[in-house]
Amino acid sequence: MTTAYSAPSAPQEHGGEHDKHNLTGFIIFLCSESVIFLAFFSGYALLKTSALDWLPAGVEGLEWHMPLINSIVLVSSSGTIYLAERAKAKGSLWGFRGFWLLTMALGAYFLYGQAIEWSGLDFGFTSGTFGGTFYLLTGFHGLHVATGVGLMTLMLIKSFIPGNYEGGEQGVQATSLFWHFVDVIWIILFLLIYVWQRS
Amino acid sequence: MTLATFPADEPKPSWTRYFSFNTDAKVIGIQYIVLAFFFFLIGGLLAMIIRGELITPEADLVDRTVYNGIYTMHGTVMLFLFIFPVLNGLNNLLIPTMIGAPDMAFPRLNAVAFWLVAIFGVLLMASFFVPGGPAYSGWWSYPPVSIQNPLGHLFSGQGMWLTAVALSGLSSIMGAVNFVTTIIRMRAPGMGFFRMPVFCWTALAAQSLQLIGLPSLTGGAIMLLFDLVAGTTFYDPAGGGDPVLYQHFFWFYSHPAVYVIILPVFGIFSELFPVYSRKPLFGYVYVALASFIIVGLGLIVWVHHMFPSGVAQWMRNLFMFTTMLIAVPTGVKVFAWLGTLWRGKIRLTTPMLFCLGGLFNFVFAGITGVMLATVPIDLHVSNTYFVVGHFHYVIYGAAVMGIFAAIYHWFPKFIGRMPYEGLGKLHFLLTFIGANLNFLPMHPAGLMGMPRRVSSYDPEFAFWNVLASLGAFLLGVSIIPFLLNMISAWVRGPKAPHNPWNAIGLEWLLPSPPAEDNFGEHVPVVISRPYGYGLGKPLVENQEAIEQVLTAADLQEASR
Repeated sequence: MTTAYSAPSAPQEHGGEHDKHNLTGFIIFLCSESVIFLAFFSGYALLKTSALDWLPAGVEGLEWHMPLINSIVLVSSSGTIYLAERAKAKGSLWGFRGFWLLTMALGAYFLYGQAIEWSGLDFGFTSGTFGGTFYLLTGFHGLHVATGVGLMTLMLIKSFIPGNYEGGEQGVQATSLFWHFVDVIWIILFLLIYVWQRS
Repeated sequence: MTLATFPADEPKPSWTRYFSFNTDAKVIGIQYIVLAFFFFLIGGLLAMIIRGELITPEADLVDRTVYNGIYTMHGTVMLFLFIFPVLNGLNNLLIPTMIGAPDMAFPRLNAVAFWLVAIFGVLLMASFFVPGGPAYSGWWSYPPVSIQNPLGHLFSGQGMWLTAVALSGLSSIMGAVNFVTTIIRMRAPGMGFFRMPVFCWTALAAQSLQLIGLPSLTGGAIMLLFDLVAGTTFYDPAGGGDPVLYQHFFWFYSHPAVYVIILPVFGIFSELFPVYSRKPLFGYVYVALASFIIVGLGLIVWVHHMFPSGVAQWMRNLFMFTTMLIAVPTGVKVFAWLGTLWRGKIRLTTPMLFCLGGLFNFVFAGITGVMLATVPIDLHVSNTYFVVGHFHYVIYGAAVMGIFAAIYHWFPKFIGRMPYEGLGKLHFLLTFIGANLNFLPMHPAGLMGMPRRVSSYDPEFAFWNVLASLGAFLLGVSIIPFLLNMISAWVRGPKAPHNPWNAIGLEWLLPSPPAEDNFGEHVPVVISRPYGYGLGKPLVENQEAIEQVLTAADLQEASR
């Protein structure tokens, strides 16, 4: 059985709409994700300010020179990812790939530097709340950097599929947004852990 | 000019879709609700054991350690496996149909979020069978109790509990991202925010709270898990940690979680009172906006759960003030509903009865809530049955009754058959009497000093406990007419017309049950505010034509 009626609505566009949902959803997710970091940061501050002996026995403090170099690397990668996006907007796919790859390399270098730093430390995850919060914060952030590099790899591969990056593509935008997010988190983390050493 | 066909000429979809990875929001909604009621029965069974134990002052029914596991799991199952899933089920059914969207913004994510619930439900049930039994530290899982692992097994009940709660958090965040994106981006043409049904407003508010609050619990639970299995000392004073820190993380989410539960129920009340009073919702704009005032205030009241935990006096005063302030936007809503009922043509159908009962219980719970916000009273009754009585009035008395109202109201729409009124009214009567008989006596017992989470107590509390237990068993019985009603109506209930309650709303301009993509490409253009009862203004363009087609389809269906 079939009955018909005239539907008055204007024809709706569906194609480009859906991609915008993706970006909206991703931004909402990032806002939510930032609250986990907020929880960890405030927990860190609370434990640190209320601790009687913040540093475990035999630990003098954190060496900050190498982490500073690492920070500069990560912050500058935010610039290169911006350049990559601009190249893409101008239609230069190879320029995009170049800067994108550079960003990935800087991210990978950051992770490498982090691993070197971790292996040279004379305290562990269970060395009181100092060790616990240090590894928790840097580890959780490192996990995000690794996720970011993974996402970028995915986007790089997708750029080789013909026609993929002609307009309406939100993956690159989302990845870049995520990368800036990871970057901002690191700056706060660096200030909290390496700059604010005295409790 | 475009043409739409109602109902679609498709073969009747097979029932097996309810057991598959289906991406249709209406299927997922029903999956959520059915799964939630399965766990409702399990949580209810645990409650029956608790009340069976407490009907006598001695600890004679179950072992004391088993009792600890039972009340922990009762709370966990009811919150994470019943009430959140059932509300997400309603969101899935109602949000897309109410705003005229074909589906959710991210259908696959939606399905993943549902199946995660099933997975962590199995995990939580499995924890009954591991050595040492399930988690026993209460649903708060406060350290230091929750970071003990006396048997040393990797798969301890507490560890599994934490994993399950983390998965629940993941699923809720997926759901929240999906619901918020859908409401923001997929509304029908002409439906600005101030033409949106209040249920969508409250869902948006509740899901925003999930997004802001839940990560705090996730962060806190990650640290608790490390304390439990990796030997860190975040919450262990022996290693410089602070157990109160966990309480902050926990309540920063778990207090707003109450609003996540009750806000959609406010939405249900706001939808149903106008339908069954035949009047527009009184103060629509204020009811809608009050939801977001509740969100804002709800995020800054959490310390009222920690008044006895040694927090500073200025914090107690501050959080007492903000907690009492929440009564204002809530009161706005209550008076708006009363204003809606005032001199309306009230029809006492099953959904309406549940709404009225729920509103009654909610007002009672609100009064004890303001009492509890007062620091001296809170210090006196903290950790007593007064608190247990209070939150059961909120969650069972108001929220669950509101959910029952929603189920009876929208059952015809999404199942396509009518539930039976007689069984429904019996269900209401048993629920209302049972809930009050169960939870009211908890208040005097608590004021007299009966602590919660005990399996034996002073005989002076016996009278109130006998009453409460009888009420609980009555509630247990009340679920029988409900299940009978749902199952028999689903199987052989009378076919539902497209709008059996004469309600106004986009979802009532769809056939019952709606096609898979709802309006598809033919989304009506909304031209007025919702709840135009008695005003004679159409909700959408060409409303008469749409109604005619739907009524003709109803008649054809009925004559078959």
